[in-house]
Amino acid sequence: MKYYDKLIFELSKEGRRGYTLRRNEFGTSLGIPASLSRSKAPELPQVSEPDVVRHYTNLSQMNFGVDTGFYPLGSCTMKYNPKINEEIAAMPGFTGIHPLQPAKTIQGVLEVYAEMEKILAAVTGMSNFTFAPCAGAHGELTGLMVMRQYHMSRGDVKRTKVIVPDSAHGTNPASAAVCGLSIVEVKSKANGLVDVEDLKPLLNDEIAGIMMTNPNTLGLFEKDIKEIASLVHGCGGLLYYDGANMNPLLGKVRPGDMGFDIMHLNLHKTFSTPHGGGGPGSGPVGVAAHLADCLPVPKVAYCEKCGRYTIKRDVESSAGQVSGFMGNFSVILRAFTYLLALGKQNIRLAGPYATLSANYIKESLKDFYKLPIPSICKHEFVFDGLIDDGSAVAEDGHGATTLDVAKRILDYGFHAPTIYFPLLFHQTIMIEPTETESKETIDAFIGVMKKIAEEAASDPALLRGAPHCTPIRRPDETTAARQPILKYKDCR
Amino acid sequence: MANFAYFPHTEEDIKAMLERVGVDSIDRLYDDVPAEFIYRDEYALRDAMSEQEIREYFDQLDRKNSKLRIFVGAGAYDHYSPAVIPNLISRSEFITAYTPYQAEISQGTLRYIFEYQSMICELTGMDISNASMYDGPTAAAESMMMAVASAKKKNRVLVSETLLPNVLKVIRTYAHFHGVELGTIAAENGQTSLASLRKELESGDVAGIIVPSVNRYGIIENLEGFADAVHEVKAIAVAYCDPSALAVVKTPGEYGFDVAVGDGQSLGIPVSFGGAYVGFMACRKDYVRKLPGRIVGQTVDADGKRCFVLTLQAREQHIRREKATSNICSNQSLMALYITIYMSLMGPEGLKEVNELSYAGAHYLHDRLLETGKFEKVFDAPFLKEFVLKPLVPAKELQQKLMDNGYFAALETEEGYVSFCVTEKRTKAEIDALVSLINE
Amino acid sequence: MSKIIEGLLYSESHEWVKVEGDIAVIGVSDFAQKEMGDITYVDMPDVDDEVTAEEDFGALESVKASSDLISPVSGVVVEKNEELEDQPELINQDAYANWIIKVKMSDVSELEKLLDAKGYAAITE
Repeated sequence: MKYYDKLIFELSKEGRRGYTLRRNEFGTSLGIPASLSRSKAPELPQVSEPDVVRHYTNLSQMNFGVDTGFYPLGSCTMKYNPKINEEIAAMPGFTGIHPLQPAKTIQGVLEVYAEMEKILAAVTGMSNFTFAPCAGAHGELTGLMVMRQYHMSRGDVKRTKVIVPDSAHGTNPASAAVCGLSIVEVKSKANGLVDVEDLKPLLNDEIAGIMMTNPNTLGLFEKDIKEIASLVHGCGGLLYYDGANMNPLLGKVRPGDMGFDIMHLNLHKTFSTPHGGGGPGSGPVGVAAHLADCLPVPKVAYCEKCGRYTIKRDVESSAGQVSGFMGNFSVILRAFTYLLALGKQNIRLAGPYATLSANYIKESLKDFYKLPIPSICKHEFVFDGLIDDGSAVAEDGHGATTLDVAKRILDYGFHAPTIYFPLLFHQTIMIEPTETESKETIDAFIGVMKKIAEEAASDPALLRGAPHCTPIRRPDETTAARQPILKYKDCR
Repeated sequence: MANFAYFPHTEEDIKAMLERVGVDSIDRLYDDVPAEFIYRDEYALRDAMSEQEIREYFDQLDRKNSKLRIFVGAGAYDHYSPAVIPNLISRSEFITAYTPYQAEISQGTLRYIFEYQSMICELTGMDISNASMYDGPTAAAESMMMAVASAKKKNRVLVSETLLPNVLKVIRTYAHFHGVELGTIAAENGQTSLASLRKELESGDVAGIIVPSVNRYGIIENLEGFADAVHEVKAIAVAYCDPSALAVVKTPGEYGFDVAVGDGQSLGIPVSFGGAYVGFMACRKDYVRKLPGRIVGQTVDADGKRCFVLTLQAREQHIRREKATSNICSNQSLMALYITIYMSLMGPEGLKEVNELSYAGAHYLHDRLLETGKFEKVFDAPFLKEFVLKPLVPAKELQQKLMDNGYFAALETEEGYVSFCVTEKRTKAEIDALVSLINE
Repeated sequence: MSKIIEGLLYSESHEWVKVEGDIAVIGVSDFAQKEMGDITYVDMPDVDDEVTAEEDFGALESVKASSDLISPVSGVVVEKNEELEDQPELINQDAYANWIIKVKMSDVSELEKLLDAKGYAAITE
């Protein structure tokens, strides 16, 4: 990757333009009264079309992506993004449809929603889905709204607490707080699984439910899920499945069968839609049949009588509307395309291959990195830092940390794994390979990880100064936070 | 098992990998899952499709949608999208990248977000923009939570009844669960009433207000005096804006507002059945700690080279957990890139021209429709590209007739009006054809 | 080893208090600033805001963490250290010279719950 140091504003020159528009056939101009008009035009760049194309092409070349190389990024499921998905999502017949067009004129669009709902129900064992949430965190919030709405619609208003394992991602408590729920933490046992004995005394008639990720953030399957489900249901609570780790179960295990009542999926993880540098994603929420009426509106329905799809905009017991229209349709289309390609045959392979690859990496590197939990993992696992961090040979006694390992990986052309999460360990390295990486790629990654472990043992300073071969080296984040420069005008 | 195009595992690979792991079959990797939870039935999915079959399938789905000429806005505006944009944003390095946590290999994403933030500040007149939100309505709901978080003990937020219907609906949902009490600012002649606001503020418990810049009737609101009234009671003023219109109408910054939110869709994103769009959110400096979402800042690297990073992260959910203003983790990055490229191409002149053309077309249509004698004027107020009229003929039949002839127009509103919108994409010939259809 | 100053009172959440009549001058201990690393922002209440003993009155931020500031006493804020707004690093330079807020105490008996230098040294060992 090369370093390119321009901002689009720095290419601007008064009088340049990068657009063509049709001529004004109406003979009239803007007639907004001065009192309602802005006093000065916005200082947007003035650039030609070739300037724009070259600038953004140059910017793109400072980016790593799934198409550039392997992302062993735990809990993120960075699988291959099929190109046919992009072609379908860009079909003018779909991009040209206004979200408020009457149902009669968009039967093809509504069929996508209806078919996707059927497919996701089959894959997860849930009954109904909403596609309104625009991301995983948005799905999580929507799922919790559905949970609260269910209790409130039954007059059970006391249930304002939700149980979250101590290994959960920070988003879980944040979503709960936005939804007006408070958090009760349940402890993990030494092997990383939820401590059922610690759970029991937490259960009472104020518990709205429990949020779980299964497999959990350490990549371990919660074996006691059946008992947990029966305990939580026993106290009148609901089970929420955080779909962040659905990938190993794809084609093998269904959350609905394990007793979960509500779940969200990340279409940008499990169902191959691109991450887009942070979005757009899609976080559909699925529920068991008894919660179906609590899902957000608008919702696609099939009218048997008229033989076509309709849109329900008002459902009395619905949690309400959670996004502007009906979610990120273009992302839903991509995931739908992926599921058509998988079909009932290939879906069987997805989770198992991902699980095989994760275990293969774990077994290949356990002599170089500390493996706190040696059992069989699912799609991901964690190391707790280097076995030999080189502190013995370092002049200042400081060895290489997990951050240093991660930065050194960048020098070798791979993305870094997820680091320092979950917080159960101090030097966490969390690795998830997905099912779309070949053995050759994985072997190359293993080779690099071994090489870095050797480098750490003999010359930790090399790691501590890494990366050395990227467009920039480590940024000064402290200055960025102390003296924020957050827009172009602040730079000058 | 047969191989599949996206999975590189050969029989030989699988065998070698299993050997290293020390088990004799992949199934053994699921031994820790209680047997009753292993799904053994056939999945109720179709047979796997080849790429060609997929194309054929979507071609037939496509035929079930009517391609209509769009004369409706209501939160989704059919502006022209230059060819450059889809071409650039579909570059692998942009679209297949993860969130830019590893700044060293994400300078492309970080730089365009910085540019995006700069441009949003220019349009809104605000000091600081975040890296984007899901969409306009959720950004409005987040601004409500921001108002409550900033006010500490006050828990009431006032919303104008001239906000778009879907914005109000999403705000209501969030308020219901977050425990925020909502009040309404009434409208007068289709515009948010300052007198009504003053009256509502008397209760003394107001944390913030949310009012539109260009409203649900397409009217350009005069927000003079709003910010002062709100600041007197130490509440915050939020404006919901159409960013395309902000190139010409008075900005929230000029009106002295504290926060600007809205949907970036009007900056060239195709209507796409409502998504993916991109919400924006910008504020004055004083409120940066309560601003939700990602923010990108400029700094230098170890060698002193200019670079960009995610910054001020201590506000966010992964650190603040339940104390964060919001649970939002990511942004709508690729769509933020979409509108950043749009704004770069259009520049100040292009955006002004888009507004001129839309304004001219909308006013032309407005006057022709009144001439038909089938509509009455509802409000006497300046509008930009969207307007409502009172139909003197049955609205449903009118809309149906237009639809049958290839037009999506005359959207019936909750108030029983019909709504029209004209962008620079609509030609005079199309407008004339629409009017003559109505005249028939 | 972090620095502890004789004559100040300390809370278990690592704030220190210097009593000046009915005014409590509050800061964070050297131990706390070391734990945080480079402090990038100090979130402080405004003058006239009320604070309550054992409840948070603000936060310290670093690049990757945020730590609540817990008030050792109840009362009304009479002054905040405005220098910290632009130079949060002052706390890293000297945590005791750079106080955060001054509170007019409403209940001086709350001071009895706090630790002396020796008691605080025992919990930070």
